[in-house]
Amino acid sequence: MRRSGPRALFAAIALAITGAVQAGDSITLASTTSTEASGLFDHIVPKFREATGIHVRVVAVGTGQAFEIGRRGDADVLLVHDTAAEEAFVSDGYAAERRHVMSNDFVLVGPADDPADVAGADSALDAFRRIADGEHPFTSRGDDSGTHRAERNLWHDAGIQPRGRWYRELGSGMGGTLNTAAAMDAYTYADRATWTAFGNRQNLTLLFDGDDVMFNQYGSLLLDGDRHPHVKHDKARQWHEWLLSDQGQEAIASFRLRGQQLFFPNDATPPEP
Amino acid sequence: MDNAFQAAFRLIAERDPVLVEIVTLSLQVSLTAVLIASAIALPLGAAIALWQFPGRGLLIVILNAFMGLPPVVAGLMVYLMLSRAGPLGELGLLFTPTAMVIAQVVLILPIVAALSRQVIEELWGEYREQLQSLGVSRLGAIPTLLWDARFSLTTVVLAGFGRASAEVGAVLIVGGNISGVTRVMTTSIALETNRGNLPLALGLGIILLVLVATVNAVAYMVGESARRRLG
Amino acid sequence: MNRAEPLSLLPLELEGVAFRHRGQTLLHPLDLRLERNGKTLIMGPNGAGKSLLMRICHGLLAPTAGTVRWCGGATPDTIRRRQAMVFQRPVLLRRSALANVRHALGAQGVPRRERARRADEAIEQFGLQAIAHRPARVLSGGEQQRLALARAWALRPEILFMDEPTAALDPAAIRAVEEAVDTFHHNGTCIVMSTHDLGQARRLADDVIFLVNGTLVERSPVQQFFEAPRSAQAAAFVRGDLVW
Repeated sequence: MRRSGPRALFAAIALAITGAVQAGDSITLASTTSTEASGLFDHIVPKFREATGIHVRVVAVGTGQAFEIGRRGDADVLLVHDTAAEEAFVSDGYAAERRHVMSNDFVLVGPADDPADVAGADSALDAFRRIADGEHPFTSRGDDSGTHRAERNLWHDAGIQPRGRWYRELGSGMGGTLNTAAAMDAYTYADRATWTAFGNRQNLTLLFDGDDVMFNQYGSLLLDGDRHPHVKHDKARQWHEWLLSDQGQEAIASFRLRGQQLFFPNDATPPEP
Repeated sequence: MDNAFQAAFRLIAERDPVLVEIVTLSLQVSLTAVLIASAIALPLGAAIALWQFPGRGLLIVILNAFMGLPPVVAGLMVYLMLSRAGPLGELGLLFTPTAMVIAQVVLILPIVAALSRQVIEELWGEYREQLQSLGVSRLGAIPTLLWDARFSLTTVVLAGFGRASAEVGAVLIVGGNISGVTRVMTTSIALETNRGNLPLALGLGIILLVLVATVNAVAYMVGESARRRLG
Repeated sequence: MNRAEPLSLLPLELEGVAFRHRGQTLLHPLDLRLERNGKTLIMGPNGAGKSLLMRICHGLLAPTAGTVRWCGGATPDTIRRRQAMVFQRPVLLRRSALANVRHALGAQGVPRRERARRADEAIEQFGLQAIAHRPARVLSGGEQQRLALARAWALRPEILFMDEPTAALDPAAIRAVEEAVDTFHHNGTCIVMSTHDLGQARRLADDVIFLVNGTLVERSPVQQFFEAPRSAQAAAFVRGDLVW
């Protein structure tokens, strides 16, 4: 083992501080803030550990950053929600395998008095048009996350290029964006899990949901072991496969927040070719 | 605000095990970082104070500028170093408390070095002739100067501790805010804010403030009693 | 004081020593010889170069011309260890009186056990036992100067430089310093001291060096300096007139 001075020092510090955590028995999962903030992992990770003895260390970031962490080989497995980007990630050779794991949906929230009357819209695109037409304040994540990408797709499909003082790109996480929307009585597009878990709604309320285009698909990406030989490929695969097993799918389905089921297992979805 | 105080008191009264773990890790990381940074920066500051060399002025300007280094930038630098794709990637230190210690050392080393340089240079101006008269070399003067400036230097080190324990940008990037592994006070506050649990976030903030104040108070009292004894 | 070293540093000889700083001549070339066990007082108006001359002799400043030569070809380390200096405003470390003396002994490489013995002895010699464990920086001006002398004493210097050591002191403290000068002298230490005080020079000096504007004007035995100075400037200075 090559070990120069500073490296030995780092290793010594590492030993002194991280003694409690057995890195060998753990894998690192890069996931999205939406899953972390809802508390899903607090529910399913212990079950996985019980079954396999493997500890999952969750780094919760935006989907864009999760891909970057994966590209650099800084995680063993990803759980993200941007199907198109996930497919590109596989075809670029960063991931060995991708599976649909679970899904839920996005929601459109806004001030309770609903000046744009999106509650009366007959589709998601109609709701977006109503906001843009009235130039009602709208806060966007603006952080290239899965939710942000889904929101931009809707604007695009509605034939709108959102710009102007009413459209605020925050460059913030889902929670931060909701905090800002609550403070300025703005509309925003959120994933249902974060919205349900969110504790600072103030005047915000759920105004529109249920359109098929607001579907939110989560996928598990197993990093390519050839490209990143150091990743804990075997343990990561156990997690990857456990998520799709009866046990894993049951664990996801049984997660409840405020009495609500937030993630729906994908066991019906066939594996990607 | 009332809810925040209630949240803080409830967490403390219940000795919430997760809170205890987070507080312990916060103190471990920040105190280790302060220790390492001081061990390097105090002699470094003294050396810059005592010796004239080409580029000394530039070094002082750089140190002073780095006192204002944004934590996110420090975090990003350390992230790129420790990432698997980075030069120290094979150590596997990313998303560990060690990575957080390294990031905090990067953050506070310039502070401790720049401020101690100032303190030592002032004292050296006063002591210089006497120490020279006693035949003390510049190198030999460093322990004397560090010891005699110990009260001012304690304040310098505390400033470093304050910055280390208060910052969130760097430890969030290199630590990943992993529950039970790299979650500290500041990243917990950020997470609870994102969950919209503002009273809990503020409550944690109050606890962090009390902790930092306690460390400062202890250092102040030890310093004062020593000052009274030694002048 | 029992000096074991066979060789003496003295006499000290300055040859053509001058000092220039930023284009200004602060000390014009001068020759000077300081003998063993002498008591030489340096006098002259402010800015005459008294402190500068002493710092050059002591080795704190290097002359820009000329040579400072100690006798016996001693190593720089030995030269440093056999002399001491007391400043007008004593520089004391932020620790106890006793610890200040011990620090000085430690700086000169005295073994730890001997350090304690010699420090205690110096403290006692200067009547500082009652305040030995007090912080040095809170002592009165007179006590601080006595401590500086005790520190010098512990080093057993062959030559002691004193830069206006009584300028900021009250009469009782001045008396204590003058007694200390005698004690050093009786123990064989050569004294080089600057002062503004004509009476002090009369009381203490064997001979007087008189500087004006960086020029050595006169060096005379004390009696001659005060009664029949050779230079008009010294005559005026002794009368109490302004000299420049």
